Amino acid sequence: MANIRLIPRLDIKGKYLIKSVQLEGVRKVGDPHEFARRYYLQGADELLYMDAVASLYDRNNLTEIVRETVQDVFIPITVGGGIRSLDDVRKILLSGADKVAVNTAAIRDPSLIDQIARQFGSQCMVLSIEAKRVTGNRWEAYTDNGREKSGRDVISWAREAADRGAGEILLTSVDREGTRRGFDLELVASVTQAVRIPVVASGGMGQMEHLAAVVQGAGASAIAMADILHYGRASLPEIRDAASRIGIPTRKVAA
Amino acid sequence: MNGVVSIVDYGAGNLFNVQRALEHLGAKVERVTRPEQIPAADRIVLPGVGAFGKAMQQLRQRRMVPALREFAASGRPILGICLGMQLMLDESEEFGTTPGLGIVPGRVESIPSTDTEGKPLNVPHIGWAPIHPATKGNWNETPLEATPPGEAFYFVHSLVVRPQRPEDIVAECNYGGHSLTAAIANGNCFGCQFHPEKSATAGLKLIARFLQS
Repeated sequence: MANIRLIPRLDIKGKYLIKSVQLEGVRKVGDPHEFARRYYLQGADELLYMDAVASLYDRNNLTEIVRETVQDVFIPITVGGGIRSLDDVRKILLSGADKVAVNTAAIRDPSLIDQIARQFGSQCMVLSIEAKRVTGNRWEAYTDNGREKSGRDVISWAREAADRGAGEILLTSVDREGTRRGFDLELVASVTQAVRIPVVASGGMGQMEHLAAVVQGAGASAIAMADILHYGRASLPEIRDAASRIGIPTRKVAA
Repeated sequence: MNGVVSIVDYGAGNLFNVQRALEHLGAKVERVTRPEQIPAADRIVLPGVGAFGKAMQQLRQRRMVPALREFAASGRPILGICLGMQLMLDESEEFGTTPGLGIVPGRVESIPSTDTEGKPLNVPHIGWAPIHPATKGNWNETPLEATPPGEAFYFVHSLVVRPQRPEDIVAECNYGGHSLTAAIANGNCFGCQFHPEKSATAGLKLIARFLQS
């Protein structure tokens, strides 16, 4: 089994790292660069920056934060939130990001996925899906940070994005986000079975059992975590140790 | 750090990230945009992400292909990263067959779509994979010299290089039971499939070794 990636997720509003519950009810946590640097030194495999309000106000605040981060953080960085065009992608990559996560703009114009993949490579095109359970095993993709319905079925949308050239899927369960109740396992399993690109599960990590379930049971290639790390309920070394005890391989990081 | 590192700028992505890592290590970086700059370089980094065909087209348009081949033959150090390493081979099968720089004999092929038990394999291969010495290559005479076998590096790729001469394969990683080439070396030419500039301290250590080569 390949190493599972552990990815701190930093939701940003203005200059601050924030944390929400179900993508709402925002609280300030601190200075993003300080947290990014701490997670890097603790052996984070990648970092994920999400601009929480970009798609709401049609702007992007993250370029400066990314530019500062890449001075002393040498791991892959994905940036999402408010990316609407090839030009936005170019700016974010020039500021030092390695990949972009696109949701709202891709739903409005799915050909943006093809364009980004062709221009910058599939490895940099991450489709971000914000999924809400509708009934039974059906989920609808939401846009604008979980606020607006798109009418798109999550599974068929994931398949279409993979066919169009997305290199990865960042799959956030809006129902579980910030709840610490565990990942939506049926959702993750349905998507990992539908596509042959890596799926990053996001939303709900509260304890180690959740990690085992989403990796071993549902097939996630990577885990995005926010709450559990930001509030210090567990550190990355603790999570890696726990993972290795339950047979989930992660990158070995020198202490 | 002695001398200057020249990064080949042919319009590819990740150039800035490679440059930042080099500068973080104290290197003086020069960006090569014209072929005339190549013969004077002390050491060259060939970066790259994206598609093989497009990259070769860009190198040809900028008339850099002969200069890079001559530089490689001169014996001065050259480091190819990810697509930059793939470009060193004879040809790639990405989107039909495209000729490469032909610095290292061999081909670039797709990662198998199934694991060794026949189950579907996710492609691209993304993540931190430990690398191990290959049977024939000489790990200790490359920038990997100070790297303990089993160290993990960050990979993101859909294709893999298959050098013709087994001794050119220095390191391998395992993906779905397959051995994939992780690093190649042929005299002064070194290439890695992973991204050292994105592989935390392990990657920085490798780049520092290259700067001393």
